[in-house]
Amino acid sequence: MISVRDAHKLYGNVRALGGVSFDVERGSVFGVVGPDGAGKTTLLRMIVGVLSPSSGTVDARVGGDGSDSKRRIGYVAGRFSLYEDLSILENLALFSRLYGMDAARAASRSRELLELTGLLPFGDRLAGRLSGGMKQKLAIAAAVLHEPELLVLDEPGTGVDPVSRRDIWSVLYRLNRGGVTIVVSTPYMDEAELCTRLVFLHKGRVLESGTPDEICDRFPHRILRVRTDVPETRRRLADFPSLSVSSFGRTVRVVVDGADADALPRLREHLARAGIAADVDAVRPTLEDVFVLAAESGRDVA
Amino acid sequence: MKDAEAAVSTVGLTRDFGSFRAVDGVNLDIPRGAIFGFLGPNGSGKTTTIRMLCGLLRPSSGSGRVVGCDIAREGEAIRRRIGYMSQKFSLYDDLTVAENLTFYAGMYGLANAKRRERVDAMIALADLRGRERTLTGALAGGVRQRLALACAIVHEPEMIFLDEPTSGVDPAARRRFWETIADLADGGATIMASTHFMDEAEHCTSLGLMYAGKMLISGSPDALKRELTVAAGKIWQARVPDSIGFLDRIRAFVSGGILDAYIFGASVRVLACGARLPADVAGAAAWEEREPTLEDVFVHHVRSSAGMEGQRCDA
Repeated sequence: MISVRDAHKLYGNVRALGGVSFDVERGSVFGVVGPDGAGKTTLLRMIVGVLSPSSGTVDARVGGDGSDSKRRIGYVAGRFSLYEDLSILENLALFSRLYGMDAARAASRSRELLELTGLLPFGDRLAGRLSGGMKQKLAIAAAVLHEPELLVLDEPGTGVDPVSRRDIWSVLYRLNRGGVTIVVSTPYMDEAELCTRLVFLHKGRVLESGTPDEICDRFPHRILRVRTDVPETRRRLADFPSLSVSSFGRTVRVVVDGADADALPRLREHLARAGIAADVDAVRPTLEDVFVLAAESGRDVA
Repeated sequence: MKDAEAAVSTVGLTRDFGSFRAVDGVNLDIPRGAIFGFLGPNGSGKTTTIRMLCGLLRPSSGSGRVVGCDIAREGEAIRRRIGYMSQKFSLYDDLTVAENLTFYAGMYGLANAKRRERVDAMIALADLRGRERTLTGALAGGVRQRLALACAIVHEPEMIFLDEPTSGVDPAARRRFWETIADLADGGATIMASTHFMDEAEHCTSLGLMYAGKMLISGSPDALKRELTVAAGKIWQARVPDSIGFLDRIRAFVSGGILDAYIFGASVRVLACGARLPADVAGAAAWEEREPTLEDVFVHHVRSSAGMEGQRCDA
């Protein structure tokens, strides 16, 4: 549905995108994952069609003939862009008129979306008086009022607490099941895991792409997890042969070569000799493990 | 004696704004050297609590001590001994790296020799040797963030408050930032980080979850996950073709025992009471047990505390 081919974007001499290529298939929940400044918003704006690449192409094939393609796309910007001094219902009514929907259709569609987002009891509340999660859900409802085929969202989970974030994702999955292709950006790995496919963007380039499982399966190393209450365990593992050692609270993750089959017993022995009581097990790499490695090696490329 | 004292201890800390109770009887006991993650939705009372701990806001009732000082009477002394780094780093873009550090050192009243020594130590900590004269505005996000931390701790505070410190920073820089934080904690500083992000929460040695002014739960990330398994149940994951249809069917036909069910990428996850899935659910897919995430813990506790239906296991 979307095809991005060697897309570059320069703002003056700042390179926001440096040759990005990927495809988004119809029906996916597609993640554009990366830190601030990676080029996520630039890329999303190109997909929506409000920004052109400096070179290369970005095509979103929606609506058949392409002439009214923007009408077939819904966009939720990173910043809340609805009217804070209008109620939920007034905001939706306004958008339905902008989309040229007839009143009866607009009313039934609004009701359907308010039910889907759980906002139905709050129809008369001013948008400015909604919590962050509710605002986000209202913005989604407004963006899909006209039943677009493609919904593009710029960091819908940022600044939102985990309960609201889970609600928002449940709304996205339901829209997706109803036939809407979703493209969503996020800087967070736990949201990246929720996508069916994703690209990891770093300094304007794609460093990884695929399903979360494919990406984790490609990770060439093994992760050994050490759980202990002994402080400074990370430092005391400095002389254990490994690719990296990092601490997460009282948990330490040790990255070892994938071919090193007896690293686990050696690590156990090492800890025992150091007098550190710990649980050690081999765990599946997370997307974060993969992206840390990719970002570190990507630094040389950039 | 002083070292044995907790970095933060509060008893029944409460703050009312008119008839609204923003913070409701919070008891905290954070040992020195801890990295305490302060979780909770917006408006749950985290910021009000932190303002009281910094001595900026008087409690309506209850009491507390931070780094050995009384929060109601010794706010001034507390503020000299804490560091604060916000999400929006307050750095001066048109000053150089060294100038920003010198400015903050001066603001905290460090005298000449000490000031030079600390600025130098912070340049090393932020790994900015050789870039002392770079304009701050020209630094990349991850580097700015290290400089912001260096500025916030140039006066060697015993306690450091962080507000979503690694929001939007790339994973490698984020991991590196938390290593520095772990080193500072190993060196005896106490860290209190407020965040919405479970990625960040995983880096803490202990966590507290606040909701509607109350501290719902606290403990280490591992302990909270284990506690969820004991108090509620296990997390199961399965890959099914039509995950939403599947979840709707589960919700419709299951008699009880499912506390939470949600889509996880191409899979579904459920939080089920006890050690096993109810028989009708167990037979519906090829389930694998998964470790609960901190998000599972957070969502479960907030929902049960909000009195949402279906959050209890009947014996």
